[in-house]
Amino acid sequence: MSDLASPLPGVAVSGIAEVRELGLRGMITIKGDLALPLVNSTATGVSGVDFPDRGQANYVGERGLCWMAPDEIMVLTPYAEAAGDTAHIAHVLRDTHSLVANVSDARCLFEVSGASAREVLSKLTPADMHPDRFRPGAFRRTRLAQVPAAVWMRDDQTIEVFAFRSAARYVSDLLANAARPGTAVGYY
Amino acid sequence: MSARLPKGGRFLNRSQPIEFSFNGKQLQGFEGDTLASALMANGQQLVGRSFKYHRPRGVVASGAEEPNALVNLGTGRRLEPNQRATTTELFEGLEATSQNHWPSLEFDVGAINARLSRFLPAGFYYKMFMWPRAFWKHVYEPFIRQSAGLGKAPNARDADTYEHFNITVDVLVIGGGIAGLEAARVAGSSGAQVLLIEQTAQWGGRANVDATLIDGADEEHWIEATVDALEDMDNVRLRTRVMGAGVYDHGYVLAYERLCDHDPQDGLPRHRLWKIRARQIVTATGAIERPLSFAGNDLPGVLLASAQRDYLINYGVSAGDRTVIVTNNDDAYRTALMLHNLGLEVKAVIDARAEANGPLPVAAREAGIRVETGKAIAKVKGVARVEGVAICAQVGEGAVLDEIACDVVAMSGGWSPVVHLWSHCGGKLVWDDAQAHFRPDPGKAPIGADGHAFVHTTGAASGLLKSDEILQNAHDAGADAAKAAGHKPKRGKAPTAASPDEAPIEPVWMMPQGAGHELRSKMWLDFQNDVKVSDVQLAAQEGFESVEHTKRYTTLGMATDQGKLSNINGLAILSKSLGADIPAVGTTTFRPPYTPISMGAIAGEARGKLFQPLRRTPMHDWHEANGAHWEPVGHWRRPYAFPRGSETVEQAVQREVKNTREAVGLLDASTLGKILVKGPDAGAFLDLLYTNMVSTLPLGRCRYGLMCSENGFLIDDGVIVRLSEDSWLCHTTTGGADRIHGHMEEWLQTEWWDMQVHTANLTEQYAQIAVVGPDARNVLEALGGDIDLDAETLPFMHWTEGRIGDFDARVFRISFSGELSYEVAVPASQGLAFWNALLKAGEVFGVMPYGTEALHIMRAEKGFIMIGDETDGTVIPQDLGLHWAISKKKADFLSKRAQERDHMTDPDRWQLVGLETVDGSVLPDGAYALAEGRNENGQRNTQGRVTSTYHSPTLGRGIAMGLVLHGPERMGEVLKFTNIGGAPIEARIVSPVFYDPEGKKQNV
Repeated sequence: MSDLASPLPGVAVSGIAEVRELGLRGMITIKGDLALPLVNSTATGVSGVDFPDRGQANYVGERGLCWMAPDEIMVLTPYAEAAGDTAHIAHVLRDTHSLVANVSDARCLFEVSGASAREVLSKLTPADMHPDRFRPGAFRRTRLAQVPAAVWMRDDQTIEVFAFRSAARYVSDLLANAARPGTAVGYY
Repeated sequence: MSARLPKGGRFLNRSQPIEFSFNGKQLQGFEGDTLASALMANGQQLVGRSFKYHRPRGVVASGAEEPNALVNLGTGRRLEPNQRATTTELFEGLEATSQNHWPSLEFDVGAINARLSRFLPAGFYYKMFMWPRAFWKHVYEPFIRQSAGLGKAPNARDADTYEHFNITVDVLVIGGGIAGLEAARVAGSSGAQVLLIEQTAQWGGRANVDATLIDGADEEHWIEATVDALEDMDNVRLRTRVMGAGVYDHGYVLAYERLCDHDPQDGLPRHRLWKIRARQIVTATGAIERPLSFAGNDLPGVLLASAQRDYLINYGVSAGDRTVIVTNNDDAYRTALMLHNLGLEVKAVIDARAEANGPLPVAAREAGIRVETGKAIAKVKGVARVEGVAICAQVGEGAVLDEIACDVVAMSGGWSPVVHLWSHCGGKLVWDDAQAHFRPDPGKAPIGADGHAFVHTTGAASGLLKSDEILQNAHDAGADAAKAAGHKPKRGKAPTAASPDEAPIEPVWMMPQGAGHELRSKMWLDFQNDVKVSDVQLAAQEGFESVEHTKRYTTLGMATDQGKLSNINGLAILSKSLGADIPAVGTTTFRPPYTPISMGAIAGEARGKLFQPLRRTPMHDWHEANGAHWEPVGHWRRPYAFPRGSETVEQAVQREVKNTREAVGLLDASTLGKILVKGPDAGAFLDLLYTNMVSTLPLGRCRYGLMCSENGFLIDDGVIVRLSEDSWLCHTTTGGADRIHGHMEEWLQTEWWDMQVHTANLTEQYAQIAVVGPDARNVLEALGGDIDLDAETLPFMHWTEGRIGDFDARVFRISFSGELSYEVAVPASQGLAFWNALLKAGEVFGVMPYGTEALHIMRAEKGFIMIGDETDGTVIPQDLGLHWAISKKKADFLSKRAQERDHMTDPDRWQLVGLETVDGSVLPDGAYALAEGRNENGQRNTQGRVTSTYHSPTLGRGIAMGLVLHGPERMGEVLKFTNIGGAPIEARIVSPVFYDPEGKKQNV
């Protein structure tokens, strides 16, 4: 398939932080009993990373695991491999009560980076973005202003934002507005 | 006259003059001034007029409690009414106008109200507006409209921007006086995350004004050193110009930062609303001095004794040349001594107490100041400003003993702790007899989810008025808060302070205590809303015993200052009138915000394009570029129609229907909900959720299903798809996607938690396009791919998946139009490309996109119901002839029992029928079918109503659906329907299926 379109290809703005759209990424939802060795090992096997603790995400390269809920984990994978990985996981878990779905197209992704990245997010989410508590590796489902979203601390100055695809423009506008030059809070 | 002193003013930068204007007059102040201090420095004491009587009013306070000095600030896109001059920092070019006067501040016609004051008593509105009825429209409403509100409402779009900021802290300290600084210092020593906020631009609160030695040095030295120490702590943040606005459950606090009010500029947020989640809160919010109630206490020139000190020390402004001080406590003598030391004249201190022998009164006498004990002010003399006072005995009825000429009256009725933030979330108050005020009851603090206090109070806000007590208490409060937040403070020693002893206050609620009605009707309690002692007494006489009722009846404390100066005095008067103790009467409820905050700050970023999220399908931009006329559906916009050239929307809709029926149309159906339900118990779960049987649906098949609430009413419908042995895909309505997913999870998590079922809302994963019309198959086949689309391989109500052209597709052979129809789901990222491919492949077949209105007409021609048209929350499937979709085999499902209730099985429930106008016109939407006679309210009886109505281009006439009494049994009967502004319209009852009743066209 050659004509793939992420929601807002190439969108980027610069202010107190850099905001850019990240393009497509493979995402697979697994719902099930995360304590089951088969569920655990399937997820870690596909992604090549340790199973993350509550509120955390682990990654290596383009692959990773994000803790979503006590019964839900999300597998990150290259977009082109998502369909195959989904089929593989579903096959391995075919006799285990679980739900496996390819949701690679359901979301939009943004990166907010720079020294004030945390402040940009704190203008929009009630989640605690303090550097002592939202450290690199932290992954949290929350909201940005009026829409659901997840935030992932990739490194100390880089935050990834996941939102639903239909809200891509709204989220992009929100982040650009919150990152307007001169609006740093100077808090963190 | 008020004036600037040649020296002094610790906030001022006298080398930086600032130009501003008041009522068009150009004036000059200095950097560091407030608007109030700058006006006083320019001799402008008259700053506004009161709300009801239009009485002349001057500055009475120096901070957030100011009731009088409210102005219209700015112009055009930056006009804001009711801005307090005492908290408005002066900036270059500031433009202010006074409020509530006509034609001018100095000469005001509305002041005539004052002469009518005996006709405008407490409860005036309630008494007068009852009768006669006609007066409401012609007399009362115009009067209220004329006098309602103080400032002018802006009518231009706000030029500024606003934002929110969310943080979580261990300890939030509100108030940057010495108490707040010490509490923050100790809490900070524990390593806890501490935020200290102060509403003004300066640290230190009142300590700087009422010079205190702290740790043996000037207070200024200690304040500076402490601020420095706090700034050096990595775990502590300090912000000035941030007001604690409200305290809520779970330690949630709203704070209001004013970034640009003192320095307006484009592009930067003017206000920032801090949304703080605090584990522990320390309120160090200080205290407010109370006025005294004597006749004429509202004249310009009467102000609080502490405010007079503030203006002298902070702004180098004297309120006038000759001051009379009136008090019931020792603290006011500080004003006398300060004036004296600055070389200003103090005519007398009128002390209501029988004797005054504390260190401060003694010092005053030693300085040669006249002190009159046991005395009161009988009345203030003057019309537009203070010209003198008449003195009487406090214990008498007001017989004048002496008159003193003066131009300032500085009053002090004692201090009331600012308990607002303590009280917002349930902190209780206790009446302190010795200090004559309500203060927080530390034993009854606001309690968090863990059963422990989450608010601590300290300093003057706790009722402590001496610096040494304040510092010790703040030291402990900071430590307690840090400990409660799970940290260990490093306990040093609290700083010590030296303050003189003060003799006890003597409560004085009225001056003189035996004042007659004439004097009482000149004693102001609420300056802004014009409520006087006589009004509260009248309310009490009329039986208003509850303080909350009295407040509303008299409007005491209901103005923009929320009664910061008036509440305690008012309820003291009420308690006296009722013969009850003050604590028995109690206070009114303290509600956030502490002082008004801007609407912009509340909205934050939510304005313009960010006002509300707009959800877009993958094809949204194409629709926009191709002239879509939009219809809002939930947060989505869906194309209603795609007008071409000079076409009207109506013409476009008719064309789209015809083209789809005769050739082929495309519909963006991506917004429909798509919920995956999977698990060993998924079939059983869905059987409980839908009214019809779902578990028996064979693999590869689709079925239309209905969902009802447990009360029996239809809540959603859609096509259910059997994906695999243990998984189903449930389509919902556009608006139902999130709601139905939540509905499923609620039942799974709360009632049927033992079922092995998982759900996932996959709505956003797919772009879904309906290819509809006689050439639908041809268009899809033209794209190629590996799916057999012929009628035998993929019959009606079947589905399959594979590739159409280059696209990964799931194809559902379902039809909401009655035509041959395929709904094709592709991954959302392929949606736009697929849409374009269909347009290209369909070109030779005359393909056109169609919108929601064409969809509606086609479904109505087929008699298909629409959730939200045929249903309104009171309709059950049986009303709509959908008995076939209600399982009789299933033991139970949501709504089964509800639908067996008497009312639900009543044969008189209105039933769905088709309606065909006799003259071919279109029935009005929502029209009622008329029945004979009238009901007990004199309204015409009805026997049905229209639920959907359209002009059908297919049939060339108006068609409608409606619910009609015994409708299905009355085929062929002609009913009359209401037609507002015209004669009733006749329509015949027919089958709701107008088009292809055998269903041949969709099944080819």
